Amino acid sequence: MTPNPYLWLVPLFPLAGAAINGFFGRQSSKKAISTVALVFCGAAFALALFLTAGFSSVSAPYYCDFAHWLRSGSFQVDFSFYLDQLSLVMLLVVTGVGFLIHIYSVGYMWDDDGYYRFMSYLNLFMFFMLTLVLAKNYLVMFIGWEGVGLASYLLIGFWFTKDSAAAAGKKAFIVNRIGDFGFLIALFLIIKHFGSLDFTRVFAAVQPMSPETGGAGLLTAIGLLLMVGAAGKSAQIPLYVWLPDAMEGPTPVSALIHAATMVTAGVYMVARSSVIFERAPMAMMVVAIIGTLTALFAATIGIAQTDIKKVLAYSTVSQLGYMFMACGVGAFSAGIFHLMTHAFFKGLLFLAAGSVIHGVGGEQDMRKMGGLRLYMPWTFATMTVATFAIAGFWPLAGFFSKDEILWMAYSSPHGSWVFWLIGVITAFITSFYMFRLWFMTFFGDYRGASAHDGHASRAGAPAPHGHEHGHGEPHESPWVMLGPLVILAVLSFVGGWVGIHHNFENFLAPVFHGAGRGRAVLLTGEEAAKIFEMEHLEWSFTGISVAAALLGLLLAWQLYMKRPQLPQRIAASLGGIYRAVADKYYIDELYAVLFVKPVVDGSTTILWHGVDQEVIDATVNNSASAARHVSDNVRHMQSGNLRSYAGWVAAGGAVVIAYMVWMGVTH
Amino acid sequence: MVPLSYYLVLSGILFGCGVLGFLIKRNIITIFMSIELMLNGVNLSFVAFAAHWHALSGQVFVFFVMVVAAAEAAVGLAIIIAVYRTRETLNVDQVNLLKL
Repeated sequence: MTPNPYLWLVPLFPLAGAAINGFFGRQSSKKAISTVALVFCGAAFALALFLTAGFSSVSAPYYCDFAHWLRSGSFQVDFSFYLDQLSLVMLLVVTGVGFLIHIYSVGYMWDDDGYYRFMSYLNLFMFFMLTLVLAKNYLVMFIGWEGVGLASYLLIGFWFTKDSAAAAGKKAFIVNRIGDFGFLIALFLIIKHFGSLDFTRVFAAVQPMSPETGGAGLLTAIGLLLMVGAAGKSAQIPLYVWLPDAMEGPTPVSALIHAATMVTAGVYMVARSSVIFERAPMAMMVVAIIGTLTALFAATIGIAQTDIKKVLAYSTVSQLGYMFMACGVGAFSAGIFHLMTHAFFKGLLFLAAGSVIHGVGGEQDMRKMGGLRLYMPWTFATMTVATFAIAGFWPLAGFFSKDEILWMAYSSPHGSWVFWLIGVITAFITSFYMFRLWFMTFFGDYRGASAHDGHASRAGAPAPHGHEHGHGEPHESPWVMLGPLVILAVLSFVGGWVGIHHNFENFLAPVFHGAGRGRAVLLTGEEAAKIFEMEHLEWSFTGISVAAALLGLLLAWQLYMKRPQLPQRIAASLGGIYRAVADKYYIDELYAVLFVKPVVDGSTTILWHGVDQEVIDATVNNSASAARHVSDNVRHMQSGNLRSYAGWVAAGGAVVIAYMVWMGVTH
Repeated sequence: MVPLSYYLVLSGILFGCGVLGFLIKRNIITIFMSIELMLNGVNLSFVAFAAHWHALSGQVFVFFVMVVAAAEAAVGLAIIIAVYRTRETLNVDQVNLLKL
């Protein structure tokens, strides 16, 4: 443990930017707003690079006690920050990708009326996300956790005049509440049994426990509850429903929050709690099963979507499933590795999709795109890199991380061939729907409505920007948007190379005691021998996963390039199944019937009409009207007639005297 | 020797007549007289008690009441005359406004 005095500055920079833009942005020029947003976000990135330069695995982890917070008896929670190998990776991803997306947003959101608001929210998001990844205890992490939820809500509902956007924001917030409920209960359990929320102290207390002996039930409960929280934030079954709707937000938001960073917070949290999960095999198994099912489930929905952002949204859910699958089989570093490469290529995919949407004037339906490679070559080139990366082609980033996950899913002591098989099938589906998107968008002929201005914007979407050109033909985006695309494309290309020879895994090994260096502690000799024996299988497994990706490419090419009529015929012949997939298996409708409707009906009849109207309102209203009736009768005493008053006085006097006399008589 | 209770009963009757007159009469001078009647009913009980207990304080108190009543009569009659000059009536029910 080494103290580091600069750590607290990292989240504070974006907070300052958010405050300046939030309070003064309305009066400022757009140039000033952009400068503030970029400088403060860039400062956080620069500081992250500075911290990286000074990072040494020997003196890690670094920490910074910024201020006291709660002191209650022996229980104490401080505002303290923590930097180890895991948070360093997250820090670089968040600030790096975040900074690029800030730059991109300058171009994408320039013509929006709420520009200052948008930039302020983005900076605010960066503050909370950095708080989350740099937290030294669960409570500070929880601040960031809730804060990114808030920022997500604000940005999804950024175009709040549009009903669907406002509803999507609410949905995201409410679904996240369910997850946060689980997270909170887990924190209460941790406080109750370990008396602290500090990572180092909790993990030190958990360390001596073994899965077999006492504490297993407790750790399983904590693990499962943490997973509930992670499932909410990272959009896993059964709480994934908010993420596709979150695409109502501006595209840079989808890239930053709903692809690259925030939704991976759940994976980060599970990886951070790896000490707990490793001692709770049941919880690990649940994590793996949820992850695997989500990966497959979301991927199948992705096949039939026609909205370019919805495809990417389901793809994100599916890729997050991969990460949880990795965590669930104990390969935390593989999960974090995929988190990092995913941040590159999925951020790039969203930004490129944003560039496409921008270029065709706000259209998001892929059926109305096509042939765009001729109009926007840079977007096409970068999107190609990202598509091949996510599909898992060598030597791009996605290949290394996905291959690592699939291999670990099979070979890890917690793994099984079932996870691997579903993973490979998902890889095939992923490859298929990504190339479907790629072919539909960039190849063939342009199918969009052309050559009349303002055909474009769906209500609220970025207005066709008011430069000199109209919006007849699709056009390439400005360089302020293309720059980040190119940088992310390079990262999507080379980002996976850090995983060669298990470099990445070894780098993270000090954090994950169960993997890498510390693995031997938890493995019996038999299991270790099994791993050694299977090592030679790895190459054939790699071959299979690449073959799956290639198969997806070929199938997409066959269906959407060579015989473009075929998909519709297949869809028609599948009938009900196709409709079910296209309508997302009616999960939203199911939830509406199972949860939303009972809550709404119960609230309406019992809480609103029953409790509120019949009890609370009735008490207040009836006491008021009772007072009025009594007063109405009593006011006749005050007639204004002087002698009647005198009469009352005399009567009162008579009563008093009579009382006195009567008392005198009785005593 | 007349017993105390006779005085008190007479005093009560006088006071009751005063109250009754105050409540039912409309002429302002009659009302004034009723007030005097009530005061004197009370005065009677004061002196009766004073005689009965051989204490002078009751009689002293009666002097005070008489002085106040005299002053009140002087001021009150002046007001009545002023009222009669402006309103040309002594009916209290028609003199229910402070301002014309």
